[in-house]
Amino acid sequence: MIVLEAAVFLLVAAGGTAVALTRDPLNQAIVASFYGLILGIMFLVFQAPDVALSQITVGAVALPLMIVLALAKVRALAGGRKDDAG
Amino acid sequence: MTPAVRRRVFLAAAVVAGGLLLWGLTGLPDYGVYVGPYGDVLNAVAVGERKATNVVAAVTFDYRGVDTMGEEFILFAAVVGVAIVLRAQRGETEQPPDEDAADRRAPGTSNAVRVLGLALLGPVVLFGIYVVAHGHLSPGGGFQGGVVLATAALLVYLSGEYVTLRRVRPVALIDLSESTGAAGYVAVGLLGLAAGAAFLENVLPLGRPGALLSAGTIPLINLSVGLEVAGGFVLLLSEFLEQTLVLRRPGEVT
Repeated sequence: MIVLEAAVFLLVAAGGTAVALTRDPLNQAIVASFYGLILGIMFLVFQAPDVALSQITVGAVALPLMIVLALAKVRALAGGRKDDAG
Repeated sequence: MTPAVRRRVFLAAAVVAGGLLLWGLTGLPDYGVYVGPYGDVLNAVAVGERKATNVVAAVTFDYRGVDTMGEEFILFAAVVGVAIVLRAQRGETEQPPDEDAADRRAPGTSNAVRVLGLALLGPVVLFGIYVVAHGHLSPGGGFQGGVVLATAALLVYLSGEYVTLRRVRPVALIDLSESTGAAGYVAVGLLGLAAGAAFLENVLPLGRPGALLSAGTIPLINLSVGLEVAGGFVLLLSEFLEQTLVLRRPGEVT
């Protein structure tokens, strides 16, 4: 069990570092989604399945989705501005 | 501020913050040691007192039900806030989505994604209902199940067209679901007052531990939270999609 816990801690550390090191926001949203999944696994390993379910639904689905949609909006606006010439 | 000064300020702050953190870490209980009495007490008494086999649900929806009500209204206020901020504003005109621009039309949804999305739709809805309905028995509950139900709307969007999502997303019904869920929680609380007990007190028959209809008010609260969360997330999703994909027609009032 202790091996599993150590492994999941290392995974979380690696995932968090990966999110911080990813510079492009769109890529970052995808990496953050994966990181949310890792966090969910960590909660499961530590026997908190309720929290794991919330974490997976929010961290791996809802949050990245909001970021991606917001990015799409920002890009659409930036594209529109160029055409407006003002 | 020159980079050298900035670095020195950072190093000083990092040493102080790091020292405090290390000092705090030395005071923590040992790895895997639980010191608080409440968890042990609840583990011992919750199943007997509330007949809920999921002690987490007994805590969040019964022993600390008022806290959860506050959280539910935080989510409610956040969703309403998003709907207000993203409402149709004066001077906003319709722009065709980027996908429709002639020079950069996106490739159509592939059949694989379409089939997979539609095949998953039924199981996802069923799973969401299961998670909501069994919140007092097994891990899960209104919040988790509600988000799972809301992802069904996302699947429709991914597998079909935004237009289809608009058709299967009756706004009135979603608003009703969200507000019924929020009001339902308070109504369950008032049920306690009506029975002559405290607000949110578990006054319904508790039944047998492990039965689907057991644990008194906990499944009812789970149901109302599930309605609220599912409605809220679908509303959130469609507000964002509306912003990014279909900008409003001039003069259209929503």
